[in-house]
Amino acid sequence: MKHHLILAVALASLAIPFNAAAHKAWLRPSQTVLAGTDPWITVDAAVSNDLFYFNHVPLRLDGLVITAPDGSTVQPQNPATGKYRSVFDVALQQQGTYRIAVVNSGLFASWEEDGKPKRWRGNSTSFASEVPRDAKNLRVSQSVGRNETFVTNGAPNKTALEPVGEGIELVALTHPNDLYAGEQAKFRVLLDGQPAAGLEFEIVRGETRYRNAQDEIKATTDAQGEFSVTWPSAGMYWLETSSQDDRTSVPQASQRRLGYVATLEVLPQ
Amino acid sequence: MRVKLFIAVTGLLTMPAYAAELQVNVEIPRLNVAEYHRPYVAIWLEGADHQVVANLAVWYQMRETAEGHGTKWLPDLRQWWRKSGRNLDLPVDGVTGPTRPVGRHALSFTDAQPQLKDLAPGQYTLVVEAAREVGGRELVKIPFTWPATAPQAGKAQGSSELGAVSLAVRP
Repeated sequence: MKHHLILAVALASLAIPFNAAAHKAWLRPSQTVLAGTDPWITVDAAVSNDLFYFNHVPLRLDGLVITAPDGSTVQPQNPATGKYRSVFDVALQQQGTYRIAVVNSGLFASWEEDGKPKRWRGNSTSFASEVPRDAKNLRVSQSVGRNETFVTNGAPNKTALEPVGEGIELVALTHPNDLYAGEQAKFRVLLDGQPAAGLEFEIVRGETRYRNAQDEIKATTDAQGEFSVTWPSAGMYWLETSSQDDRTSVPQASQRRLGYVATLEVLPQ
Repeated sequence: MRVKLFIAVTGLLTMPAYAAELQVNVEIPRLNVAEYHRPYVAIWLEGADHQVVANLAVWYQMRETAEGHGTKWLPDLRQWWRKSGRNLDLPVDGVTGPTRPVGRHALSFTDAQPQLKDLAPGQYTLVVEAAREVGGRELVKIPFTWPATAPQAGKAQGSSELGAVSLAVRP
């Protein structure tokens, strides 16, 4: 029984709308720089073409991980998922920087059984027990996705920003809550904990509804896995990269898809 | 007001001649708005590297409210919060105080006071930043040299949240 429950949770955590791959998935915190005795933030999570407007589907919160300034994990408050967006609150009880991430990693399989298509989602442990060894026309793919944002109560710190070591991650050489219009910010990009060269980033400022072009900024990581961006103006920015490789955790999977999204707030001078 | 000014002037005259001094005047302008709240104001000194070397004054709502202390809104003083405020344990003795009303506010500091005691000779900037609830935010700067070899004076004029700001440095 308990085993089933864990399995159900593991499966549910993979249930993100992958059909929305062409859309932009995002988390948008109500604010990123806070102070006070008991500050809270509320975060919108959605998938849409327009930044940051909820008009397509909500971003599921099953893979939500909130890391507190001391490195511990805290629970979201009042989570809810509606037609167009998910929403949750975070009570910032510690001083320092919180990392708020929706992490989705897992295996996807499809095969034919008695002439009917079967689909499966899980991880490398459940793969062995749940996917038949003699499955016909078996296709397996793996994905590691991270969608995150950062919020600071009081003075920023970097404990929560320590790389996890799986998938694409951002090492903030400039603190992600220390971004200002007209200033340059520098980042190092890791793939499974190692600097990743040649990754292309797309950076788009929000409020796309009120202008005629995306005005996207392109940046590519150099040999050290680093890139920099000079923020043209203040606003909430969406930053995305994706990649693929063959470092899969099971031999049946031929390809691993990797994705990374961050929402960063740039303040005026 | 006049009496205060008189006291300030006579206070100056009786001060020992060797005390270098910094006088700051900050005007909070009268605004014709439907909803007025006194602004939060931070007054500090920056070195040539734009780092804060001394906080002279921070005025914010110190009264307890349903939302906690008025510290909640201190990040609205954006530059001060980034450069200094977020690293401070508030309140700070001799620096923080309640918000001030419309009018001219005179502050003076001698080199014997903790704010200026450890100030190394060099180029500095006086920065005054103001942010008002349901209002705007403004920041003005006045550069000066410390210590002054001859009396120096500097002026800046705010256009929205601050009025006239002046600085006098006496050797």
